[in-house]
Amino acid sequence: MASGEAVLSTRGLSKRFGSLEVTRDVSIDLPRGARHALIGPNGAGKTTLINLIAGDLKPDAGHVLLKGDDITGMATAARVRRGLTRTFQINTLFPALTPLEAVTLAVCEREGIATQFWRNLATHREAIDESHAILGQLALGDVATRPTRELAYGQQRLLEMALALATKPKVLLLDEPAAGVPKDESAMLFSVVAALPEEISVLFIEHDMDIVFAFASRIIVLAGGGVLIEDVPSVVASDPRVREVYLGSARHG
Amino acid sequence: MSNTTTTAIDPAAWIRRQSRWSALEVAFWLAALLPFYFFPTYLMLASQIAVAALFAISVDLILGYAGIVTLGHAMFFGIGAYTAGLLSAKAGWGEPISGLLIAGAMAGAVGFVVSFLIVRVQHLALIMVTLGLGLLTYELANAMSWLTGGTDGLRGIDIWPIFGLFRFDLWGYTAYSYTLAVLFLGFLAARRIVNSSFGLALRGIRENVRRMPAIGSPYRRHLQAIYTISAAIAGLAGGLLTQTTNTVALESLSFQRSADVVVMLILGGTGRLYGAVLGALVFLLVRDRLSGVNPQYWYFWIGLMLMVVVLFMPKGILGGLTRLAGRTKG
Repeated sequence: MASGEAVLSTRGLSKRFGSLEVTRDVSIDLPRGARHALIGPNGAGKTTLINLIAGDLKPDAGHVLLKGDDITGMATAARVRRGLTRTFQINTLFPALTPLEAVTLAVCEREGIATQFWRNLATHREAIDESHAILGQLALGDVATRPTRELAYGQQRLLEMALALATKPKVLLLDEPAAGVPKDESAMLFSVVAALPEEISVLFIEHDMDIVFAFASRIIVLAGGGVLIEDVPSVVASDPRVREVYLGSARHG
Repeated sequence: MSNTTTTAIDPAAWIRRQSRWSALEVAFWLAALLPFYFFPTYLMLASQIAVAALFAISVDLILGYAGIVTLGHAMFFGIGAYTAGLLSAKAGWGEPISGLLIAGAMAGAVGFVVSFLIVRVQHLALIMVTLGLGLLTYELANAMSWLTGGTDGLRGIDIWPIFGLFRFDLWGYTAYSYTLAVLFLGFLAARRIVNSSFGLALRGIRENVRRMPAIGSPYRRHLQAIYTISAAIAGLAGGLLTQTTNTVALESLSFQRSADVVVMLILGGTGRLYGAVLGALVFLLVRDRLSGVNPQYWYFWIGLMLMVVVLFMPKGILGGLTRLAGRTKG
């Protein structure tokens, strides 16, 4: 993959917690429109890598590049405003806000109008309508005006995604979007991912191999903090090292 | 299809409904006029309640809406009080409205400077920093007795008639009219703020500060803005107290005042503005009644009330009343 067309790249990204090396010299490229899966056994450093790319953790070494610009030292919020947005494996929502309010807030922050303390929220009609449209796309229209904490778990997972989409990302980092969701519902969540506009590049963590093979154009396998292999699904599936570290142990059940 | 129900609600109308004036609110503000007709001997007390309510609103904006717990907000109340007092006593400027605005601006300016520190600490450290700043300001005012009058208080304040027409009278007609008008304007401003997109961002910070950067929010700047606004409103409240009592005591900067205002807010209910007003009303009425009965031990009852409210009405008296009203309706 020529790095010239990569929207997001990491170069030699490393992170250690004490003596534990959780990310080891990771260099990956995410081209425009990518649907890349990030897989690996528990403790492989998948979420840590997402945290490093999103800016929630600072790397000990290496760089993160967004459209060729070095954003390694940039704060999370600034990265989001440049189009690099993540979701969380564990719901990180606003329990007392309604989905309509939460997504409208994300839209207002994107548009830079969340500082306008002198205008009634209802006058930001475009932001509200956009928020409502996003919720409609994710089948949350019916519960848009109920407090988030009253939503079913699967709906909260969708709201995770809705908040990220409201930032109009160019690169979307999805940390197990279907975590804890029953298998039939997780297909629904990934149909949302599949329906995303093609210009959005997606990097997602997922444990269910059926979903990974159905949705990923390429697969990055992490093991012990480093990239074991990165290739198209058919190659990854037949790689003996991958079977050893990952598929072998996951296929028990 | 779910699509039909989706289009059934108008989202902007729903948002607007959240901030619509209710009949109860209108009735509440009309009731605030009652002391003029029914309790003319209590107008000075009513005026003090209005001052405390405005102060409590300033704290509600940061504590109730943005989740910044403070035990040092008397700092800004006192800065406003001394600014208004010194303007008259030392500079000879007794025009009340400009004096009040200067008091608010001064407190807001100090609040802005302090806000850089406030947004960098959280939880216990935040409470300790606010407490420390409050104590610091108190002792500074105490040490600068050449300016502030120290423990004797600041004297020689002469406030001119409002608009050159309404002289501050002994009964407190002017005082209560003035404080009630400022309270109402302050309340309108606060109401506008909490119902704006900025107010929504504050609630987002309170609900889950970890998510804010992930939706691209420069939330620290939001916190600085609301802290500055809150400090300015607290300064207005302090300035009002000076102008209606013609004196400033060190007590206006005391820890006791910082703690009392939080107690008022918890009693009334946080994050709903009216809780601040109701809490101030209950607190000062109880103090007025009980200190007449037993001037030394009245905090015993405040303590008891605080515990009962916190244990049985976690959303304050106003929250409890709302729940009760909902139950009788349902």
